[in-house]
Amino acid sequence: MSYLVRRLEFFFITLWATLTMNFILPRIMPGNPAQAMLVRYHGRVSPQTVHAIEVAFGLNPGGSIFQQYLEYLRNTVTGNFGTSVTFFPVPVGDVVKQSLPWTLGLVGMATVIAFIIGTVIGMLAAWRRGGVFDAILPPVFIVISAFPYFWLALLFLLAFALTLGWFPLGFAYDLTDTINFSWSFIGQVIWHGFLPALTIVITSIGGWILTMRNTMITTLAEDYVKMARAKGLSPLRIMFMYAGRNAILPNLTGFAMSLGFVISGAILVEIVFNYPGLGFTLLQAVHSEDYALMQTLFLMITLAVLIAVLAADVVTAILDPRTREQG
Amino acid sequence: MAIRVVTDQAAVQVPIVTGRRGALGAVTRGLTRNRKALAGLGIFGFFVLLAIFAPLIAPYDPHALQFDQMLQPSPAHLLGTTGTGQDIFSQLVFSTRESLFIALGAGLGATVISVIVGVSAAYMGGLWDHVLNLFTDVFLVLPTLPLMIIVGTYLNNRGLVVLIGVIVVTGWSYGARQLRSQALSLRNREFLEASRVRGERSAYIILFEVLPNMTSLIVAIFFGAALYAVLAAAGLQFIGLGDPNSLSWGTMLYWAQANGALLAGSPVWVLAPGICIAALGAAFALINYAFDEIGNPALRPVRRARAGRISMSHK
Repeated sequence: MSYLVRRLEFFFITLWATLTMNFILPRIMPGNPAQAMLVRYHGRVSPQTVHAIEVAFGLNPGGSIFQQYLEYLRNTVTGNFGTSVTFFPVPVGDVVKQSLPWTLGLVGMATVIAFIIGTVIGMLAAWRRGGVFDAILPPVFIVISAFPYFWLALLFLLAFALTLGWFPLGFAYDLTDTINFSWSFIGQVIWHGFLPALTIVITSIGGWILTMRNTMITTLAEDYVKMARAKGLSPLRIMFMYAGRNAILPNLTGFAMSLGFVISGAILVEIVFNYPGLGFTLLQAVHSEDYALMQTLFLMITLAVLIAVLAADVVTAILDPRTREQG
Repeated sequence: MAIRVVTDQAAVQVPIVTGRRGALGAVTRGLTRNRKALAGLGIFGFFVLLAIFAPLIAPYDPHALQFDQMLQPSPAHLLGTTGTGQDIFSQLVFSTRESLFIALGAGLGATVISVIVGVSAAYMGGLWDHVLNLFTDVFLVLPTLPLMIIVGTYLNNRGLVVLIGVIVVTGWSYGARQLRSQALSLRNREFLEASRVRGERSAYIILFEVLPNMTSLIVAIFFGAALYAVLAAAGLQFIGLGDPNSLSWGTMLYWAQANGALLAGSPVWVLAPGICIAALGAAFALINYAFDEIGNPALRPVRRARAGRISMSHK
């Protein structure tokens, strides 16, 4: 139990750190960029909104810094993120709500696919150690892991969308259509999401292969694997149920901790494909210096990663009795 | 962005190095014997030469706007010209300087922070270890790119120092975690116990006893951090958070994208800087991975693993 308690502690501390960073950053940056934003708001929004911005960015501070902090936290927890400059006068919360599902769908699917394929390949490479498979794959994926995500995205765009015309040039669905749940619309979403997802899968799969291969090699040297061989169990059963099953746990933890990196890359992929998710919205926010939107997007992306990490921790606790016993 | 392979290195036994010369010697020996490392070093060396001799290699002034726009590759312009009429090949050659500088500078900065945080966490132990470890994990899990974008936008300063600073702040955590695991496994070794009994100060023990034994991992972390820096800088510059007037591969991609190079039929403008980023990144990744094999004999290719183990036992 104490394992999960420790992971919950980590969850809340990271969340708190993110919130606090959002609070402190605009206050310590030179030149007070938020002032410029307030000027742009002037005369366009209600006095309450202006007050909310002042609180969020520490302009014209009413009360001590501690009171400002509390008010900022209260605003955030109640979902009062302010108004977006980019999509004026839409509240930031609504902008995020529109883009969040696209990123969760794209990155979530691509990551799960990469994890499953990568784990199986890593397992096989370690099992047939020194074979053709094992000799070629690790070096190839080390090299691919060094590709910039967005550059591979540009390559795919050039090859499969521009030259061959197999896939659309971007966005998540035909702009002539409206969002609905018909089969043809779902088909469009898959067709539009294919290239972005492929980019994320290819660039991130190497990490899973290498970790899985390395842990699997250690696991294969364990006594219980020798025992299983001595008992004459079938190789497939030893590979999946004895070695693979035990090697997957560290891989799962590694998987969770790397999600921050995967989502960083996915943001750039979204930008290349004009995919209407959090990353693409973030770029729009950057271009129009929409600080309220930027901060909320950062918070949401971090929250998504943290929830995934926590989910992986819960799964680890269920699968691995050792985490439940020791502290 | 680079993939981080987050494994627990605590189980890896560290061969003890005696004497200061031995530490660097072991690193050099390991590098020259590993084929992946040699390939990586070769590519890295190529780019270093390119950066040093850029004025001799590049045929034109990279900033000169003297040519026709969007020319296709030809003998006069090996990679064609940009949307404002600059020679792409010359730009590519000169860009090596800044891209290498960012990679090595930010890599070095991140490594220094990793060593300080990771080793002191392991060495001090107790509450300090808990706090520093938590701090490391928080930075490890935070999505760095949005953080970099936000800080970069707030600063509104597109200079090189800011870019390197942002990369260092977001890129040290992975190395710190690895170093902590290894330092923990060293902590209770007899030779450290001996120096404590001799009454050496902590600073001496860390600098002259602990660190030399971690040289191999520290060098590996440096190359890992340099890989991260190459990709992070390229990403930030690509979305316009670098200095648009500077010459580096990421900035070239930014201008290519801003001019719609792909749609305008100049794919070379996009391909060439990307290949350079990927090649430099691959060089760092190969060297970094080779160190994994050097540090953990179990991971070496099967046949040579046996030879490796014998030479280890001779030490």
